[in-house]
Amino acid sequence: MIASVLPTKRDEGWRYADLTALEPVWNDVADVTEIVAVPAGETLDRQIVIPPATLGVSVTDLNVTIGKGGTFNLHLLNAAAHYGRMHVRVTLEEGAHFEMGGAILGKGEETLEIVTETIHAAPNATSNQIVRTVLSGRATGTFMGKVHVARDAQKTDAAQSVKAMLLDRTATANAKPELEIFADDVKCAHGATVGELDKQALFYMASRGLDPATAQRLMLQAFIADSFINVADNTARETIENKALEILEALS
Amino acid sequence: MLKIENLHATIGDTEILKGLSLEINAGEVHAIMGPNGAGKSTLAYVLGGRDGYEVTEGSATFNGQDILDMDPHERAALGLFLGFQYPVEIPGVSNLQFLRESLNSQRKSRDEEPLSGGEFIKLAKEKAALLKMDMDMLKRAVNVGFSGGEKKRNEMVQMGILNPELAILDETDSGLDIDALRTVGSGINAIMRDEKKAVLLITHYQRLLDEVQPDYVHVLAKGRIVKTGGPELALQLEEQGYEAVAA
Repeated sequence: MIASVLPTKRDEGWRYADLTALEPVWNDVADVTEIVAVPAGETLDRQIVIPPATLGVSVTDLNVTIGKGGTFNLHLLNAAAHYGRMHVRVTLEEGAHFEMGGAILGKGEETLEIVTETIHAAPNATSNQIVRTVLSGRATGTFMGKVHVARDAQKTDAAQSVKAMLLDRTATANAKPELEIFADDVKCAHGATVGELDKQALFYMASRGLDPATAQRLMLQAFIADSFINVADNTARETIENKALEILEALS
Repeated sequence: MLKIENLHATIGDTEILKGLSLEINAGEVHAIMGPNGAGKSTLAYVLGGRDGYEVTEGSATFNGQDILDMDPHERAALGLFLGFQYPVEIPGVSNLQFLRESLNSQRKSRDEEPLSGGEFIKLAKEKAALLKMDMDMLKRAVNVGFSGGEKKRNEMVQMGILNPELAILDETDSGLDIDALRTVGSGINAIMRDEKKAVLLITHYQRLLDEVQPDYVHVLAKGRIVKTGGPELALQLEEQGYEAVAA
């Protein structure tokens, strides 16, 4: 949801945003919300791979409704912007499914974020969100995911898995899963970790003759693999994976 | 092949190796035995080039080249292999991909052509069969979900594929049952018993030495080699213990 007034850090959904970068382009991006409606019983796949930026700022905003028994598969690659924001608000009707896989790959002074609001409005809906973040330099990568389960949305099953890898100690990762549950028979799982490359594994790989750059590439490739594993279309999956690998190469 | 002279090494402020000297020639198998804390694993890690160990004095050369200033992957490319006491798990990276990239990385630094996918699979199948390891395990992530014995077997498959000149095997026998010990022992013999190769076995027990007959046995205590002998020294240690033999 984008307000017409420039947001401030006090607006919860914008607390980690780069508002200084946002201000000059605010009039261009304040109104970009795209409405997506997945009809009942249907499946829609969507990949958003590094959307274009204005003055280094890229803002994506989706407002999605998934009809009864429908499925929305969303895959996001957030990278290569001075400030890149992806905001997704999803409302699930009865028995609907929302699948999201995202990667945030930041370097230098970049501020990149994926912010989701998942609203389980009716019973038996499921959602699964996987976000992998790799950061170098002084980059900031943020995932904020709010899951709201309405009073009669019984048998909701909502999962969030958020993992971040810092290649430099000067980078910052924020992970903020949030649950708001008003029904009593639901399953909501969330896990968040922030870590560094396993030094033991790097030495093990080097001892077999792998040069450090290749060893790091293999480990990061494995680390972000979960983000795009569920892209159904092979060509689409390869496109987003290859782009991500290209970005990863440039991080270190 | 490997020449270590008066090697001193520290971790933090603690000196672990205190003037260790050892020479290994092509065609030889050496065993290093010694009590816990003697510095056996430290020796392996210092030779492998692990971070956190500082060499304060002495030298180590491999075929005349000073290896102590080299990065671990450069030492591997020269033909040095380190078998880990605790092989590391690498989630998400398949054994086959890992080994193919490792081998080709080594070949590249030796100005050799990379192996094609087909050539590599053939080589991997051959070495897995030698160690009685299922090819399916080679397709899985490196050491993830492997039992202790399977990890050690995997180390030997890796050694077979990489085909080093010198293998330093740090307690490769620990965690193995009797049958696996025999398989691993015959794997070491098949891969490394060659007039152009050499092995340094670091072990606590005589059992592995029944399978892989050493030419020399050294006792490492308090950071130095305090006694050297033939295979009979290992038997004497097994009977009398380190204190009696090394005193």
